[in-house]
Amino acid sequence: MSEILRRDPRKEWIARNRLHPKHLEVLAELGRGAASEWMGPQGLVRKNPHAVGFMGPHGIRRIDRSGVQQGQGAGGARASAAVSKPRVEIDEPAFLVTVVPDMGGGRLSGHDRDLLGLARQLADADPDARGAVAVVTFGAAPEDVDEAGADRVIALEAVEGFAPERRLVLLEAVEREFAPRHWLLPDSGLGGGDLGRRMAARLGERPVTGLWQVIEDPEAPLGWQCTARGAAGSKDILRPMPRLVMALAECAEPISETRHAATPLMLEAGLPEVSEPALPGGVDAPWIEDLGQVPVDPAGVALSEAEFILSAGNGVRDWDGFHEAAKVLGATEGASRVAVDDGYMPRDRQVGATGTWVTARVYVAVGISGAIQHLQGIQPCEKVISINMDAGCDMVKRADLAVIGDAAAVLSALVARVQSARGQEGATESSDASATTDKEARNAA
Amino acid sequence: MPPDIQAPKRRASTTPVLDVVALVSVGRHPVTGRGRRADLDARGVELALSLPEAQTRLVHAGRYDADSEQALRGYLGMGFKDLTLLEQPAGSDVSVALGEALEDWGPQLVIAGERAEQGEGSGMLAYLLAERLGWPLVQGLAAIEEVSQGVATVLQALPRGQRRRLKVRLPAIVTVDSAAPAARQSAFGPARRGECQSLTVDACKDEALSSWTMQPARKRPKRLKIVKAASARDRFKAAAAKAEGGGGQVLSDVTPDEGAEAIYKLLKDEGVLR
Repeated sequence: MSEILRRDPRKEWIARNRLHPKHLEVLAELGRGAASEWMGPQGLVRKNPHAVGFMGPHGIRRIDRSGVQQGQGAGGARASAAVSKPRVEIDEPAFLVTVVPDMGGGRLSGHDRDLLGLARQLADADPDARGAVAVVTFGAAPEDVDEAGADRVIALEAVEGFAPERRLVLLEAVEREFAPRHWLLPDSGLGGGDLGRRMAARLGERPVTGLWQVIEDPEAPLGWQCTARGAAGSKDILRPMPRLVMALAECAEPISETRHAATPLMLEAGLPEVSEPALPGGVDAPWIEDLGQVPVDPAGVALSEAEFILSAGNGVRDWDGFHEAAKVLGATEGASRVAVDDGYMPRDRQVGATGTWVTARVYVAVGISGAIQHLQGIQPCEKVISINMDAGCDMVKRADLAVIGDAAAVLSALVARVQSARGQEGATESSDASATTDKEARNAA
Repeated sequence: MPPDIQAPKRRASTTPVLDVVALVSVGRHPVTGRGRRADLDARGVELALSLPEAQTRLVHAGRYDADSEQALRGYLGMGFKDLTLLEQPAGSDVSVALGEALEDWGPQLVIAGERAEQGEGSGMLAYLLAERLGWPLVQGLAAIEEVSQGVATVLQALPRGQRRRLKVRLPAIVTVDSAAPAARQSAFGPARRGECQSLTVDACKDEALSSWTMQPARKRPKRLKIVKAASARDRFKAAAAKAEGGGGQVLSDVTPDEGAEAIYKLLKDEGVLR
């Protein structure tokens, strides 16, 4: 019964009659309450100019054309735009460009995305014979790899820790099976830089390192001329681009406007084994054994490369409490210029334009009002937390999280919170351990 | 957190004498452009000097003239009597000569800087030598903690001041990161008295390098902030937006405990608390 669509001519009449006392009720009932546009019965778009806008505070109708009013609609449109990025499929690639991203923390870094942009540039140069970009990962590929520009994904086995020989052997297998035209790696210290050089030595290729620009050149063997940094960054080397490329960050624009297929590719030959030839000396030990990361004294870490900085300014009175907090949190200590000038902190701990430019991921500013020189120094920091008495200061405006209050009290509360959390963790671990021993005892019984 | 990293302990190892080769090159002062000790190579020599019971041999492969002699004497001034020189004309591939020499000598440990300050500076030399000799290679060292029983325990420098401990079987090649301890000052007297012993070796010309164009490094163009907006409103917002600020959470009128809880939560989410 409910499937039969029934019209109520009376309600339709009320909906048309704006002067009817039940007009708004009926409109809401029919689901056209706020709509100023609807599709008419003949397929024409009907507009109600009177339903546009809203009543302002003095009974004057205001029309906001900035789009805020249709927040819902705008959001929906944006979401659909993200989905509706044009999808690019390359079914029969003329050649393969392989990219081996670093993927620090399992995500594509900005450097990796730049490299994928460069790979697309190389693959799409000739519209008649387009290549495919294949991303080689150790472990599962990240989800957004299709939006970063990958046509193919070669997911090799996960390699944990520092095992360059294992990674190298896997890449050699990819090289044998697919023989890509270009190999691109990020020229970053321990990741792609190391792996790419090992690979170049193994394959006997002469790579380009520190590449930052490519130009099309039909006379070059691979069709590209490149510019690379040499001699510790003091020289530019112009040379034909070889197969194996280690590129700097910002070598190309990352992909943002298209989506790609990211089809998985498998190694048919299977994964090879590492062979470590015996070395002279007769010692029976693995070539390289990873003993894991070492806890580092945060006070010894250079301020410019510290990951987590607790910084003190003029608002700090309780210096013992501050040092204690830095110790408990495991943060590197920093200071504003005032604290250094007043002699509370050494000069090499000064953060800001006249001190050190820091790149911390998390920067906690305690009692720092945020002079412009200081804010310049912390510009690359990702998360800034401010503890301050003054809610109107510049540091609070810059901060992602600002706590207005007495620095000493908040710091001591934070120390207590961290210590209690650590105590709980220790307790749960020991209870876990006792539980497992209980279980083992029961199993044994 | 107790500081786990200390200066390498001086402990008597069971191997009588560790045969170490430190590869040194001619550096370039970044401002004046004059020849000097290459920074990373000098740090490598410093690491070699910090090893107990090690006999270190300085080896340089390359051209030998007044400018490079001045720079090489800088290494001699760190406390060496002599330096072995594999003389090569400018623009030759030194990896071939060095590989042959190392095969002859068979040292236990080869220490080199990560990359040279002159020439191509690709950082490939250590990799080529390791491939040729078939030895393990560890890159980016900050310290050598211990060498015993034919195994070296080393600390590798990770980004953000972190360290990783590795065990490497000897013979091995290691390269030195700028996180390694700074080189000691070069003393004038030993630098003058030291000798450069030249060995005659075949030179292998680097054909590719001579065909490339080298020019002073150009400043890289700054990446522009490209606004890809679908509507005029988005474009206007992007153009009129303030550079930073806004969007932060401000907690006023809270007790210290509530504030601490919020900070703790953020620190935990960012994963900086250990």
